[in-house]
Amino acid sequence: MARKLLLEHINVPGINTLDVYRQKGGYRSVEKALKTLSPDDVVEEVKKSGLRGRGGAGFPTGMKWSFLAKPEGVERYLVCNADESEPGTFKDRYLMTYIPHALIEGMIVSSYALGAKTSYIYVRGEMMPQIRILEKAIAEAKSAGFLGKNILGSGYDLELYVQPGGGAYICGEETALLESLEGKRGNPRIKPPFPAIAGLYGCPTVVNNVESIAAVVPIINDGGEEYAKVGIGRSTGTKLISASGNLVRPGVYEIELGLPVEEFIYSDEYCGGIANGKRLKATVAGGSSVPVLPANLTLKLANGDPRLMSYESLSEGGFATGTMMGSGGFIAFDEDQCIVRNTWNFSRFYHHESCGQCSPCREGTGWMEKVLHRIEHGHGKMSDIDLLVDVSKKIEGNTICPLGDAAAWPVASAIRHFRDEFEWHVREPQKSQQTNYGIARYAEPIASGLKQEN
Amino acid sequence: MSEKVKVTIDGITVEVEPGTTILNAARQIGGDIVPPAMCYYSKLEGSGGKCRTCIVKVSKGSEKDPRPMPKLVASCRTTVMDGMEVMNITSPEVLEARSGVVEILLINHPLDCPVCDQAGECDLQNLGYEHGLQKTRYEFERRTFERIDIGDKIQLHMNRCILCYRCVFTADQITNKRVHGILNRGDHSEISTYIQTAVDNDFSGNVIDVCPVGALTDKTFRFKNRVWFTKPVDAHRDCPTCKGQVTLWYKGADVLRVTARKDIYGEVEDFICNTCRFDKKKTADWVIEQPTHISDTSVIASNHYETMKPLPVIQTDLRLQQANKVELEKTAKF
Repeated sequence: MARKLLLEHINVPGINTLDVYRQKGGYRSVEKALKTLSPDDVVEEVKKSGLRGRGGAGFPTGMKWSFLAKPEGVERYLVCNADESEPGTFKDRYLMTYIPHALIEGMIVSSYALGAKTSYIYVRGEMMPQIRILEKAIAEAKSAGFLGKNILGSGYDLELYVQPGGGAYICGEETALLESLEGKRGNPRIKPPFPAIAGLYGCPTVVNNVESIAAVVPIINDGGEEYAKVGIGRSTGTKLISASGNLVRPGVYEIELGLPVEEFIYSDEYCGGIANGKRLKATVAGGSSVPVLPANLTLKLANGDPRLMSYESLSEGGFATGTMMGSGGFIAFDEDQCIVRNTWNFSRFYHHESCGQCSPCREGTGWMEKVLHRIEHGHGKMSDIDLLVDVSKKIEGNTICPLGDAAAWPVASAIRHFRDEFEWHVREPQKSQQTNYGIARYAEPIASGLKQEN
Repeated sequence: MSEKVKVTIDGITVEVEPGTTILNAARQIGGDIVPPAMCYYSKLEGSGGKCRTCIVKVSKGSEKDPRPMPKLVASCRTTVMDGMEVMNITSPEVLEARSGVVEILLINHPLDCPVCDQAGECDLQNLGYEHGLQKTRYEFERRTFERIDIGDKIQLHMNRCILCYRCVFTADQITNKRVHGILNRGDHSEISTYIQTAVDNDFSGNVIDVCPVGALTDKTFRFKNRVWFTKPVDAHRDCPTCKGQVTLWYKGADVLRVTARKDIYGEVEDFICNTCRFDKKKTADWVIEQPTHISDTSVIASNHYETMKPLPVIQTDLRLQQANKVELEKTAKF
C-alpha cells in the first residue's frame, strides 16, 4: 500500500468528530507548532517540504507564504479556497465531508505561521452540507480550546469563519474570491497588486486550496524533510486525485506523486481499469481546464517512457504532447465517448461561468461554444475547425484571469490531438448524430499517433 | 519627490514619474504609438484592464530584471519600471492580438453606425477602422436587448455596449449614489438599473460622455443631427454646481447639444452638471471662447478650420520631433 498522509484514517467511524480525530493523533501539529515552533519555523518547514499548491497552478506554498507582506499594525488574513467547482474535481468536498478537522487543524497552523488573527474558509455555495459540517467542527474545536483567545496558553488568538459563496466558478479565482468575500460582485481583480500585498480589505492575504492547507498538518507532524521524501523530484508529497469517467472504480484516491498513470488507471488498488472491458480513448488529467490527451500520450511520454502522475511528468512535452496536473480531476473517456461533444460541453461550462469583465473571455467563450455546438449537431463546416483554433489563440493569454486560458486550452488541445474526429463530424453530419467516431488510432503506440497529427 | 524613471516605447525613450502606467507614458510621447483604450479613463479611479485593446508587449522588464514579461500586458494598468522597454506598434504579435480583441468586441455589436448618434465620435468605430476586419467571421445571431430609458434624459441601448464599466465608475465616483450597475454574468451581462429605476441626480449626464460607444445617448440630441454636421465651440458659464466649462455643438445658429470638453483621447476635462448639459441650450446662456480643437483625423474635422497642434512635450524634445516629423510638417503646412 502506498503511503497515505491525508486520508489515512478516512475509514475510521466517527473521524468527523473531534474526539475520534484526536484519538487518531489529531491536533498534534497545533500543539507542536504553537508550543515549540515560531511562525517563521513553520514557514521554513513548509518551504523545506516542497509542498506545491494543490488548487491547480502548483505554485510552491512555502514561497507564497514568504511573499506575504508584513507591515506593522496591519491585519493579515489567511483565506482557504474551498470554492471547488471545476468539472471533474471533487477532492476538497470529500476531505471536508469526512475529515473536516484536518482542514481546521491545517488552518490553525497555517494562520499561526502567517500571523493571521482572522481566517476564512470560503466554501462554494452549493456545498451546504459541507458548510454545516465545517461549522460544527469549528464549534467543537473552539470548545476544546483550539480556536478563540489564547489558544493552548500560547497567547495566540484565532477566529475562523466559514463563508458560503454564491456558487460561481469564477469565485475560485483568488482575487474574485476576495471580492466575493468582501461582499462585492465576484470579478477578478487586475494584478498587480497581488493578494500577498493587498488582498482582503486591502490587507496582505494568502489564499490557499483546502488540500494545501490540510497537507501542512503532516508536514508539521513529521517535519518538512520527511514530507519531501515522499513523491518524486520537485513534486513532493501525496495528492488527492478525483477520478471520474468510464472507470471501474471512480472516486477520490490519495496517491504518492510519481505513480505511473498506467498503474493509476489499471491497478486494482486505484481505479481498476476501464469499465465494461472497453478501451481507453482519452483522458483529462487535471480537471476540465487542462489539455485533453489521447490514450497513447496519456500513458507514455513522446519519447516512449511511462508518464507519471507528477507536476513535471504530466506537463512533459509542453502543450504539444503534454498536459497539466491541475487540480487533480482525472477524467477517463472510453472508446464510445465523443471528444467533440465533450469539448462542447466544457466550452458550454466556461461560456456560462465567464464573469464578463474582459472582452476576449466574455465574447470568445460564447463564440467557441456556438461553433462547437454547430459542429457537434452536424451543421459544421471545415473552416470552423481552424476558426476555433484561431479564436482560442485570441483568448489565451489576453485575459485578466486564467479563466480565459482554461476555456481556450481544452478546445485547442482537442483539435490538436483529435482533429480527424472533428473533420469526421463535419464530413458525416448524419452519421455523427447516430454513431461515434470510435477509438481510431488514439490508443496505438506513440510513433503512429504522432505521425497522424502531422 | 522620487527620481524619474526611464521607459522606452517603440524605440522612443521618455522620463516619467514613478508609478505612471505604460499607457500614460505613451501619451506623454504622443503620436501613433499611443495604445488605444476603450475602458481606461484617466479621470476615473480603478478603470481599465477590461477591454484589452491597449495590450502591449514588454520586451524588457526593467534595468534590474531585464526578463521580458511572459504575456502581453494591459498598458493601462501596468506601471513602468526604470529601463523598461515596451513594444506597441513595432510588435506584430501585439497588432495581431489587438485585431483579435477588436474582432471579439464587434461580434455582438450591432454595427448600426448609420443610425447611431455616437457615429463620428465613437471610439469603437475608430478602433474598428484601424484594426478591424472587413468582414465578420461570426455567423450567429447577435445578442439583443430592449432599449431602456434611464431617466427622462438618457437612453440606454444595451446592444451597443462593450461593458467597459466606465459609467459604473462615473456613478460611483462623481455622484452620491449609484443606482445602475452590471447585472448577470458572462456575455449575458448588461448595464441596468435595479427594477428600471431612473438614474436621477445632478451629474448623471456624464455617463453619456464617458461611454465609448453609443450605448448611452443624450435623449435631447437623439436623431437631431450627425455630429460631423455640427460645429463645436468651447464656452463657459457661471454654474453653481459645476465648473461650467463645456463644448457647444452648433448647427447653424442653434445649440443642438452640450457636452463636457474632451481631450485628444476623448476623455472629458471636467465633468459637467445636468443643468448645463440638458437645460442651457441657448447661445445667450453661454460665453463663447473659441472653436474647439478637433484632431484632423476625426471626421468632425472635415469641415473644420483648425490646424493640429503637437503636444508641448514634442515641441520641446528634439528626439520626439524626429519621431513625429510627418505630423510636424503637416502643422507647418497649415
